[in-house]
Amino acid sequence: MSSIVSYGSYIPRFRIRVEEIAKEWGENPENIKSGLFIHSKSVPGPDEDVLTISAEAAKNALRRTDLDKSKIGAIYVGSESHPYAVKPTSSILVEALGLSYDIHSADYEFACKAGTAAMQNVMAMVDSGQIENGMAIGADTSQGAPGDALEYSASAGGTAILIGKNGFADFNATLSFTTDTPDFWRREGEKYPSHGGRFTGEPAYFKHVLTGAKKMMEKMGTKPEDYDYAIFHQPNGKFPTRAAKMLGFKDEQVKDGLLTPFIGNTYSSSMIIGLSAVLDKAESGDRILGVAFGSGAGSDVFDMTVNDRVKSLKRERAKGVMEQVNNPIWIDYATYVKYRGKIIMRGA
Amino acid sequence: MSEVPRFWRESRHRYRLVGTRCTNCDTLYFPPRVICPTCRRESVGKMKEEEMSGVGEIYSFTVVHDGLEQFKMQIPYVMALVKMKDGPLVTAQIVDCSPEEVKIGTKVTATLRKVRSEGKEGIIQYGYKFTICP
Repeated sequence: MSSIVSYGSYIPRFRIRVEEIAKEWGENPENIKSGLFIHSKSVPGPDEDVLTISAEAAKNALRRTDLDKSKIGAIYVGSESHPYAVKPTSSILVEALGLSYDIHSADYEFACKAGTAAMQNVMAMVDSGQIENGMAIGADTSQGAPGDALEYSASAGGTAILIGKNGFADFNATLSFTTDTPDFWRREGEKYPSHGGRFTGEPAYFKHVLTGAKKMMEKMGTKPEDYDYAIFHQPNGKFPTRAAKMLGFKDEQVKDGLLTPFIGNTYSSSMIIGLSAVLDKAESGDRILGVAFGSGAGSDVFDMTVNDRVKSLKRERAKGVMEQVNNPIWIDYATYVKYRGKIIMRGA
Repeated sequence: MSEVPRFWRESRHRYRLVGTRCTNCDTLYFPPRVICPTCRRESVGKMKEEEMSGVGEIYSFTVVHDGLEQFKMQIPYVMALVKMKDGPLVTAQIVDCSPEEVKIGTKVTATLRKVRSEGKEGIIQYGYKFTICP
């Protein structure tokens, strides 16, 4: 059975508050904060992208284990903002992390659940004995068009999950639920994504998240109270909170993995950065439900149990999620648009 | 002319701070050297690649107010000489901080960042920069 051997996250230090964005577009920040349940979001620096964010998250994961890097047989990166349209992020990571060249590598895309799709593939390769260990990364520097509701939430961050045998958190099961649902998309060559407004809620997010979670609990014969932690994809703070309530989870099970109110939606890292925050404090015996959602649309669901090997995990060797959340550099809207390339520069 | 071949040859050194150690006199060099300037012919065939720890402290620094075109977004930014724990002195940009936070002796750690790119169509060059340790 495959399990989590190590994990690590990276959140850019730059942050912008909802008030800064709202004042430029004549909106009431209190309406945004109460409507979306978002207070601020992370912003990548001008020299950061999915490759650099993935590298830092992966380095944090490698710091927490003494695993010989040559034993990593696969590296997959899920993102919807890979730096190149053609040239894999994952191959650059092989060199940047000093991994063996005898490695499977590929980039994945499935809106916000590309990182968990990568996890499922690594799990399958470990379970089938093709590889001993593999790394799955979900990272994004997501874009929201100026003035669009997404501008309040589209943020940046990444999480790397190192999967192998004899890790500290066992995967009890995983499943997916997929339909053709046009809730959010970006056409080839377009800079900003489009979305279906209110249509993104019921037929997309809630249908896939609720169905995926229910199918997992059916499969495992579990109820919400059997889980110590539940993490849901978090495009904003409101959707996962409501999904948890509809499924019967309590706030105490959800709060530790809910980060969007502070750092925004990190897209391909959204659910797994919540998982990373939970793994920062989880103890032996804790059972975790993780439900990722990707527009287009589908959900990937994971049922996990932390085992005794968590006691020998070297968590302190890398910065935890909340340590990074609580170390911001606040920027104004002008700096934000400059860093995000929304200003047309000479020669650009 | 494209810098792709040169960048590709040096990528592992720039991504992971890989230098070369003269196994004759045990000195570590960065950027890597083919021959040790001290041991000369004695070092031929004895230079071994070695990845540095990525940890160091500010030896000296300057604040750039009139930088290169590609760094215009980041002005004012800090360029520093970083004394690596492993020995070499490395020139690098210090990021994610204001110039006021940088002092001689400040502990720093390496981070992988975009350094430059050949326009919108060309290759993106990644390499080491440093951030201040909390």
